[in-house]
Amino acid sequence: MSQAATTNASFLERAPVLLRDWLTGSLPGPARWLANALIAIVAILAVFGLLFAFLTLAERKILGRVQNRPGPNRTGWFGLLQPFADGIKMLTKEDIVPRSADPFLHFLAPVALLGFSILTFAVIPYGRYLAPVELNAAVLYFFAAGSGAELAVFMAGWASHNKYSLLAAMRALAQLISYELPLLLSFVPVALATGTLSTTGIVAAQAGWRWNLIPHWFVFTPWGAAAFAIFMVSALAESNRSPFDLPEAESELIAGHLTEYSGFKYALFFMAEYFGICALSGMAVTLFLGGWQAPLPALSFIPSYVWFAAKLLALLLGFIWIRATLPRLRIDQLTRLAWKFLVPLALVNLGTAAFWSLTLGWAGPLQLVRWALALGLVAVPALLLGRGLSAGIGPRTYRYA
Amino acid sequence: MNSVLALIALATIGTAVTALAGRNLLHSVLLFAVSWAGIAAFFLWSGAEFAAFAQALVYIGAISMAVLFAILLTRHSRDDFAPEPALAGRAFAAVLTGTAVAGVLIWAVASSPLAAAPSPVPAVTVRSLGWQLMGPPAAALLATGVLLTVALIGAVVIAAGERPSKPGDPP
Repeated sequence: MSQAATTNASFLERAPVLLRDWLTGSLPGPARWLANALIAIVAILAVFGLLFAFLTLAERKILGRVQNRPGPNRTGWFGLLQPFADGIKMLTKEDIVPRSADPFLHFLAPVALLGFSILTFAVIPYGRYLAPVELNAAVLYFFAAGSGAELAVFMAGWASHNKYSLLAAMRALAQLISYELPLLLSFVPVALATGTLSTTGIVAAQAGWRWNLIPHWFVFTPWGAAAFAIFMVSALAESNRSPFDLPEAESELIAGHLTEYSGFKYALFFMAEYFGICALSGMAVTLFLGGWQAPLPALSFIPSYVWFAAKLLALLLGFIWIRATLPRLRIDQLTRLAWKFLVPLALVNLGTAAFWSLTLGWAGPLQLVRWALALGLVAVPALLLGRGLSAGIGPRTYRYA
Repeated sequence: MNSVLALIALATIGTAVTALAGRNLLHSVLLFAVSWAGIAAFFLWSGAEFAAFAQALVYIGAISMAVLFAILLTRHSRDDFAPEPALAGRAFAAVLTGTAVAGVLIWAVASSPLAAAPSPVPAVTVRSLGWQLMGPPAAALLATGVLLTVALIGAVVIAAGERPSKPGDPP
């Protein structure tokens, strides 16, 4: 990518690409292409592997602090080596396969799940010059790669030859399929507004600031805010995170479809879960939070990948905060939320986005009318649907014995 | 370039044949998923990026799930893989259907003209594909969707109404 070498972007901005070109510059054409691809793969795996390790630590520390206890603090400095100790423990544990299990599928399920979740990292633009693969239909690729996870969950439940595992896998599938729909529908307004499915194109469409103050990120439009909320709730459910963690509710279901897994295979499932969270958060940053764009013009001197990382970490910490705050839903509440609230809301949001793009030319006082109408189109259906969702559930009265 | 195509074709056809020959229904479905991925790889090889990802999303994500759910909802026990007896009538019907499908395919391949020289790659963007889908074929697309939904509901009804009812049972 010699584009980085010729532009007048700051040195730090170009540093990763310059380093790569310095490493592979002397190779002939096809070998250089291969080496560049391999370097991108290794970089993604290293960065997200380490992020996974320290995310588990951060999660345990933060959950500990929320629950008024210190969390892991014995391994290394402030418990910093805890993830590596856990990794060694998982690697050396015995790998138990039930006698009547389907051994090949039992092995394939965690590997396939991890593979599919790693595939999704390919199309996220991590910086101005750091898009590993630029595709015309990148968002479609992202969702297509993610949809393979359902197959892997089914394999895990089926191959264990345990009826509880199979039932749990069916429940997990019901959840994954239910929330895939609002996830996809919440993305459609972005495609409507930008006219492209390419992630780099979507980030480029969010460039610039209004009055040099408010960025043109989609989250700062009425339809964008609604779509972002729907996307994040669906992302929570798609990655089995609390409050939607009932596929493997460890306190009541002995880990659902993972019951018959132990050792490193069990760890692989969690690695895939965290990779899934990272990928979905990265996609949310790309679609709604301006990708690698800086929030203020004066802050543009900070390299783009730093901004991407900051936004990604903020979303990940939000995930952990939600886990520490909200109780788990019941399966009927979970499916009702998807089909009776999120899907209709996402469909209404399509209309809001269409209205927004049709009224692009409105200026002056008409701008106020545009904002008011769009906000009403978002808020009124949300309120009505929310009331319908909680109809018949009055305030609970506590009776003491 | 052609060796890649040969590999893709081998993987696609090989997994499909293994799936048809196999006796384990679940393994067959998973092998079919690999075969569908092979078709997506073929689309990718021939430059139809959008079709490739749509193929992966619809077939590996949705159709395989529909098939798996159908198997799990219609079988009574886990080891209920017993194949139907190979009757002469069934064999005759299979040969007849297979010949008809092969005939249609061979006719379609034989009657389509082969390009003498490599044609220029058309600049198809996702946007133009979207315009195409929302243009004249939109009605056909909707009709197909409705048809598939009706078929799905019909399959559920047939599968759910399988239990024989006794005369003494409450309605």
